Amino acid sequence: MGGPGSSPCASCKLLRRRCAKDCIFAPYFPPDDPHKFAIVHKVFGASNVSKMLQELLVHQRADAVNSLVFEANARVRDPVYGCVGAISYLQNQVSQLQMQLAVAQAEILCIQMQHEPTLQSHHQVLELDQDDKALLLHNNIDNCNNNNNNNLGYAMSSGQFNSNFASPSSIMQMQMQMQDPLKQESLWT
Amino acid sequence: MNPKRCAACKYLRRRCPKDCIFSPYFPPSDPDKFACIRRIYGAGNVSKMLQQLPVQTRAEAVESLSFEARCRIEDPVYGCVGIISLLQTQIQKTQTLLAKTQAEIAVCSNQT
Repeated sequence: MGGPGSSPCASCKLLRRRCAKDCIFAPYFPPDDPHKFAIVHKVFGASNVSKMLQELLVHQRADAVNSLVFEANARVRDPVYGCVGAISYLQNQVSQLQMQLAVAQAEILCIQMQHEPTLQSHHQVLELDQDDKALLLHNNIDNCNNNNNNNLGYAMSSGQFNSNFASPSSIMQMQMQMQDPLKQESLWT
Repeated sequence: MNPKRCAACKYLRRRCPKDCIFSPYFPPSDPDKFACIRRIYGAGNVSKMLQQLPVQTRAEAVESLSFEARCRIEDPVYGCVGIISLLQTQIQKTQTLLAKTQAEIAVCSNQT
């Protein structure tokens, strides 16, 4: 932490200023990791980061810093798309998986229908023949192989960003409808 | 002042030169776009970032910066990283469900 007698935090070292006892950066930018602040400063600017942190409750600031570091790293790695490249890639992955799931669930239904012959006489069943199923699965496999690198680094350079991107709140609403909005610790490691 | 100033120069209350780096991407009809980006990144940083990019990539860069800035304003703690986290969790859950469904298919197929 900042203050007389102790080492200045990474921020104050980079900014070449005295590290005050109540330095807002000190808890999150220790002197042994200068790169962390350097990259955040490069993308967002120290004063913007300071303002952002001041607007947050103290217990929220560590996560905010981690997410800013993540975004800054993404932007430095991919100056055109930043994190948005990763979002685009992951959304594509979700679509592929949901298609595969739909095909698998349709197949289960077909199998169940085949085991219940009495139902077929009363209901018109849309049966996929072997060729149709093979085509659906083949298309899914091809699409998955084209995106077989799960590395966010790859995603960010793939340039899949659609400039007609939905608004952040609509994307978050869509995702939250599907599951709990978990914030994983592992994202930061 | 020139009524045809871009949104950035209007916001910054300055003259909009012919070669303004912001003007192709911040039309005066959308003042919020620059305001959001400036709030999160700062005008100087955005200008530097754009200068370091080839001209043909700048429009996409501005759109992605705009999106990330809006995410950060809506969620000041996690920004767009919150969306990444949600998507990763959704992928894991869908993969688990898919594996389960495919296992069921295998069992049912063996039974026939």
